[in-house]
Amino acid sequence: MPILSYREALNQAMREEMARDDRVFLLGEEVGQYNGAYKVSQGLLKEFGPWRVVDSPIAELGFAGLGVGAAIAGLRPIIEFMTWNFALLAYDQLVNNAAKMRSMSGGQLTCPIVFRGAQGAAHQLASQHSQVFENIYAYIPGLKVAVPATPRDAKGLLKTAIRDEDPIVFMESEVLYGSKGEVEEGELLIPFGQAEVVRQGGDVTIVAWQKMRFVATKAAEELAKEGIEATVIDPRTLRPFDLDAVLGSVARTHRCVIVEEGWPWMGSGAQLADSIQRHGFDDLDAPVLRVTGRDVPMPYAKPLEHTVLPTAERVVEACKNVLYRT
Amino acid sequence: MAEATTATRSDAAPRAEGVAGGKQELLDLYRRMLLVRRFEEAAGRVYTEGKIGGFCHLYIGQEAVGIGVYTGLDPRRDYLVNAYRDHGHALAWGSSPDAVMAELFGKANGLAHGKGGSMHMFDAARHNFGGYGIVGGQIPLAVGVGFAQRYQKKDGVVVCLFGEAAVNNGAFWESLNMSAVWKLPVIFICENNRYGMGTSIERSSAVTDVWRRACAHDIRGELVDGMDVLAMRDAVARAAAECRGEGGKPVLLEARTYRYRGHSMADPATYRTRDEVEQQKKRDPLNVLLEHARARKLEIDQAELETLEGEIGKVVEQALKASEEGPNPDPSVIWTDVYASPDDPALHRDI
Repeated sequence: MPILSYREALNQAMREEMARDDRVFLLGEEVGQYNGAYKVSQGLLKEFGPWRVVDSPIAELGFAGLGVGAAIAGLRPIIEFMTWNFALLAYDQLVNNAAKMRSMSGGQLTCPIVFRGAQGAAHQLASQHSQVFENIYAYIPGLKVAVPATPRDAKGLLKTAIRDEDPIVFMESEVLYGSKGEVEEGELLIPFGQAEVVRQGGDVTIVAWQKMRFVATKAAEELAKEGIEATVIDPRTLRPFDLDAVLGSVARTHRCVIVEEGWPWMGSGAQLADSIQRHGFDDLDAPVLRVTGRDVPMPYAKPLEHTVLPTAERVVEACKNVLYRT
Repeated sequence: MAEATTATRSDAAPRAEGVAGGKQELLDLYRRMLLVRRFEEAAGRVYTEGKIGGFCHLYIGQEAVGIGVYTGLDPRRDYLVNAYRDHGHALAWGSSPDAVMAELFGKANGLAHGKGGSMHMFDAARHNFGGYGIVGGQIPLAVGVGFAQRYQKKDGVVVCLFGEAAVNNGAFWESLNMSAVWKLPVIFICENNRYGMGTSIERSSAVTDVWRRACAHDIRGELVDGMDVLAMRDAVARAAAECRGEGGKPVLLEARTYRYRGHSMADPATYRTRDEVEQQKKRDPLNVLLEHARARKLEIDQAELETLEGEIGKVVEQALKASEEGPNPDPSVIWTDVYASPDDPALHRDI
């Protein structure tokens, strides 16, 4: 199977879908002549021309709204936010227009659109460029949220997203763009709401997505050295969420740790912990623990950034806590 | 939703710019404006009776803009994107008065089956792409509909409506810029009724001539008498001809108009004097049209007006009846039209 980078996998997904359906177009800052701020759209302008790969002004609110308008008028836009930090300027368009279009029109209009871009901390980008916002979109009925971790998931979920009839928030990771992995050639459609079991183990269930999937895997390897076997589950999409996969695993391990890059208070893991205790209370032998980013704006200095982000060490510690092995 | 028929020109006023319309044409325009006036008066009445919930922003006084926009366009290929003072525009674009009123009543036979209400009148089959309740938030949508016209090599134009209070926010500026850069067929129409809720344009805007803001984007701006339906219609028709088809640039029209009622039914409008309102009413759009008729020696007599009143009165009565008698939506419909499928696992019926 071909080895692709995460960035190439996304590029391939868009290229294949644009070739398949001429209603699909890509619009965003630097997506065309510059070939993408992170080179995700490399070569697409040359292949599809300026009406289908459109360089926008730096106007997130405006071009996100343009995408919604184009979607209700019959196109299938992919709107690229250079990062989700900047998309806060467009939050109104996603929440008040895209998410509600079908409902408030009484089903007359559909809004098939993908908003995609990078989120999360990279390397010392400081407070305004290091944020995780998946929960503020997953909160909104009408939206769907994907958080792929691997090149394969990046391609398979993006292709599914582009074909979906509902508005999709597709969150990528800047530090994963260069990561590599096996990706099927051609048709690869991964359904939303299907978790991947990354690793099987009978002692504790770790739920983690995107970058945190790799932190969790590293922690699982550390734990294995001490004879503790962890299951690592990557939900891959946060809305819909494959709760059954998590509950099934917790029924076997009786312990659960959730790892998320974002802030702790009102974060994604809070909902997940609630759902696990609600539906899996009798299976639990310990409270569900969460390992999260620290509750502060991201500082610049490298050691400070490291202190804020979840680490394998913190995940190991949490797993031992739920196993009462501290 | 009202029955999904494709909008046609057959019921529209014949348009011949620069040529004095015949009497039938003027009567038709009068009838269209009168329907909006009487419909809105009835809506205001039943609102005070508690039969309509939520916010209710009435269009009384601004009828010439709504009717001028519709009759200046070709609704077979053109589109409407609107703000929240939208009952009049929905009626203008041919939505059934029964369905518009029933939507205000929150009934299942409303335009959006009771999910939209006053601020979200959609009639997609008639190219009415909706009323939106966030000030300025609908403006970029119109740019997208215009983008789709160019992309699909269609020759439709999009009218985007907003109030004068929307022109100070980013959505307005970003939209005008993008549509000018990409030469999109969008007619931006500011319905300047002088008050953004209770704040006058003089208190909110450094430049109170909205049309002059067009120059910042190198597009044409024009001031239009928004109390004169013929002036409105002709200005919209000119703008449509200008931006229709490849290479046509967007146009910004400022329609000077006035709302007789408060911002919404909850607003007693204490920020303006009774004298000011009475002065404005002297240029009532219905009377302005009658003056046009007189000037053209096509005088519409009292008997004709009374006939029209009778006809319109019946239409409004019927709309009220259909709304009173219409069924409430079934509670189960809360789960439909959130996602394409009501069974989509993204929908959390139970946490």
